[in-house]
Amino acid sequence: MLESVIPWLLAGFIAVLLAGMLRRIRLWRAGQPEKVDLVAGLMAMPRRYLVDLHHVVERDKVMSNTHVATAGGFVASMILIILVHGFGLDSTILAWALLATTAMMFVGATFVYRRRVNPPSRLSKGPWMRLPKSLLTFAATFFIVTLPAAGVLPEGFGSGVLAFILLAGIVAGLGEMLFGMGWAGPMKHAFAGALHLAFHRRSERFGGGRSTGLKLLDLDISKGQTLGVAKPADFKWNQLLGFDACVQCGRCEAMCPAFAAGQPLNPKKLIQDMVVGLAGGTDAKYAGSPYPGKDVGNATGSPVEVITEGLVSQETLWSCTTCRACVEECPMMIEHVDAIVDMRRFLTLEQGSTPGKGSETLQNLIATDNPNGNDPQARGWWAADQNIPLMSEKKEADVLFWVSDGAFDMRSQRILRSFVKILKAANVDFAFLGDEERDCGDVARRLGDDATFQSLAKRNIATLSQYKFKRIVTTDPHAFHCLKNEYPDLMEDSGLLKNGWEVLHHTRLINELVAEGKIQLDALTSAGTVTYHDPCYLGRYNGEYDAPRDVLKAMGIELAEMERSGFRSRCCGGGGAAPITDIPGERRIADMRMDDIRETGADLVAVGCQQCTAMLEGVVEPRPEVQDIAEIVAAQLVEIEQPSESIAKEVA
Amino acid sequence: MMLHSKLSSNPAKNYTVATLVSVGKHPKSGRPRRSDQDSKALELALNMDNRSVHVIHAGDSSDPLRQSVLREYLGMGLERIDVTRQNANSDAVPALVERLKMLQADVVLTGSRAESGEGSGMVPYLIAQALGWPMVPAAVEVTAAGDGEFEILQALPRGQRRLLKVRAPFVASVDSAAAESRQTAWASGQRGQLQEMAIGSNPDEVMSQVTVEPARKRPKRIASAKKAKTAADRFKAATAKSASKGGAILVKESAEEKAQVIYDLLVSQGVINKKK
Repeated sequence: MLESVIPWLLAGFIAVLLAGMLRRIRLWRAGQPEKVDLVAGLMAMPRRYLVDLHHVVERDKVMSNTHVATAGGFVASMILIILVHGFGLDSTILAWALLATTAMMFVGATFVYRRRVNPPSRLSKGPWMRLPKSLLTFAATFFIVTLPAAGVLPEGFGSGVLAFILLAGIVAGLGEMLFGMGWAGPMKHAFAGALHLAFHRRSERFGGGRSTGLKLLDLDISKGQTLGVAKPADFKWNQLLGFDACVQCGRCEAMCPAFAAGQPLNPKKLIQDMVVGLAGGTDAKYAGSPYPGKDVGNATGSPVEVITEGLVSQETLWSCTTCRACVEECPMMIEHVDAIVDMRRFLTLEQGSTPGKGSETLQNLIATDNPNGNDPQARGWWAADQNIPLMSEKKEADVLFWVSDGAFDMRSQRILRSFVKILKAANVDFAFLGDEERDCGDVARRLGDDATFQSLAKRNIATLSQYKFKRIVTTDPHAFHCLKNEYPDLMEDSGLLKNGWEVLHHTRLINELVAEGKIQLDALTSAGTVTYHDPCYLGRYNGEYDAPRDVLKAMGIELAEMERSGFRSRCCGGGGAAPITDIPGERRIADMRMDDIRETGADLVAVGCQQCTAMLEGVVEPRPEVQDIAEIVAAQLVEIEQPSESIAKEVA
Repeated sequence: MMLHSKLSSNPAKNYTVATLVSVGKHPKSGRPRRSDQDSKALELALNMDNRSVHVIHAGDSSDPLRQSVLREYLGMGLERIDVTRQNANSDAVPALVERLKMLQADVVLTGSRAESGEGSGMVPYLIAQALGWPMVPAAVEVTAAGDGEFEILQALPRGQRRLLKVRAPFVASVDSAAAESRQTAWASGQRGQLQEMAIGSNPDEVMSQVTVEPARKRPKRIASAKKAKTAADRFKAATAKSASKGGAILVKESAEEKAQVIYDLLVSQGVINKKK
């Protein structure tokens, strides 16, 4: 009797699933067009899922195995169920295979269940607490139902009361797995996640690549477009799809420095609010941690309503330091930072409501090409006693030293001078732009003002293209990131790209100089315990984790690594223009980072970024000393006897 | 007067505020920018209730850099700016007066002093004179009080304020102490209109005879160095502000007498009421 009902149930649930999927696809299509190679994406999807995504999930070994067993078991079971119970294929082998897959799924589901017994705060509750029970029901029911087909139990087993219990199990299981997948249950993540991987906006991220530069904003308003994202429908369609892929695991929340500081941002909640926005409704059903200091249940939105008028508060968007810890951690490879900057663009370019010192900073950038309104003709003053060749006179050099706005800041100038000392000691042929340099546009861009970013970038590119150089080197990871990853979008006709656009962080160049024997370093023995803070824009944005460590190693330093280092480094609080917008929280991010540093017992923290230096030195003493790697290296330089010709040059 | 009747028929409603804006100059870079005081005047106008705001610029707006500055004013939330194009080195006052007469404005707000050009601070006075209107300097707040009257909060030295009641029409120049202007939104600045008006240029005879160079801060005159034992003392003597006048030093007096003096002071300053 049961055997005759199952095919109809299957057909019914599959039909409902398809209807739900079509509705969901229609919701995504409300977004803006974005060119994606659909076929290539779908072809690449299995690999992206099995390899790239698995790499991220595998950071939690238990959960990774759990997911492999449960998801793998489910997908295989579903195919076999359709064959065995749907089409009634009379094959003992298939039936046994189905027994095996449902058993595997059951084992996986018990681990899911176990994790939910005492779930960490980062996990969402609500329907997600129901999911392990549904998984167990699904696996157990189909295991039992398949026993007769495998010949373990006699045909016709399962009648009377047992049949009704099994029937209830089948309905409950299929309901969660198929109905829920199409109609926004927890299983939605499987369907949306698979398509999100296929149509990801940054396909370069798969296969071990990196894609971190913000996308260029089209500033053309002649056709009446609004700039930036005002409403959920202003996102690209595949961004909306990406929001739907979220599994609410809260790994982003656990890593977010703003959340930990009690600022009103929780990346997970933000993505869920975007889902509320794209589907319409309220956040009343959200069962995870709120934005710190804000109650859940008051947010409402729809695809055509302005996000900051009821769905997400502006402070939430401005709390982000753009450190990319959430993006790095997300097992679904969702792009939180892109979404936040897209919404900031609307607030700044259309509404003029950048908080804190944002407005002043942008005005300064427009009128003086630097964020603090300093005289642009004073940019080169820090180097008055340094005797560095100017590019405008020299025209050609191996290395162009990009100074960045540290030129105006006395603390940063110590880093710059140290680096110049190293370059000179190594006899590097270098020059700088002096007053011709402008702010790279990083701050303007993170504040959402892409117009000012593009204006600064274009003028910088025009300046750079007048000169001949092999590489650019900078001590500022923010400038490094902009020049390396964001300028190429604007450089098509500059001719610079043709010659190969190589931008280096100073730690990479110093590491090279050490390796080539151009400089020799004394061992640093007096510093005590040393740890290293990975700047976000050097590490997560550009994957430069090794060069700074190698340089420190060359001085005989054995690092006492922090628990959160490398790709899990915690932000200093200085990125994303956060010190400018200055959204209040319960703690300061820099203080939390300094606590991380103190935990290692470090006496000295080595840094590779002037912004991080400023943030960490802003922590009240007593605290470990903060020094840029350039400063540490400059103090350990061993004088090498110069070849006679260069001495002759200096005398002349 | 016609303006008058318009106002009294509908008290405190639908009056016209004309704001004059100029292209400023950044003090450090010397580049064109939104003039600080002019944008504060515009901010003040935009914050008034039930008004229609007309923004007027007279000047040489052919230069794209100067146009982009006007777009920064537009980005404060304006739909358009009236631009009466003038040749370089022309006197903007006659053109502005002509435009204001056409507009029949009730209130004219300006900055106190231009950031470039002559920068004499005379424009609001000359306009008021030409129109025959009163001129109120150093306004920090303007609110309509009904019946064609406006309350103007005027900034005085040392943070003091004075509330004036003025009957429209009038000209007021806005002090640097007024509220900071709002942020300019780039996109709405691009959408706004720069509406050109044809009003003839009047050559500025003064400007044609002078050369303009950037003003430099004069070194502050310091008191002649006094004889002192250390450099720190000399520095102190040279830079210290003169001691405040008035007041009394009570040392030997009894506690009651000291308390009485403090009490009298608090009463005279209106901090507490005298006990009856």
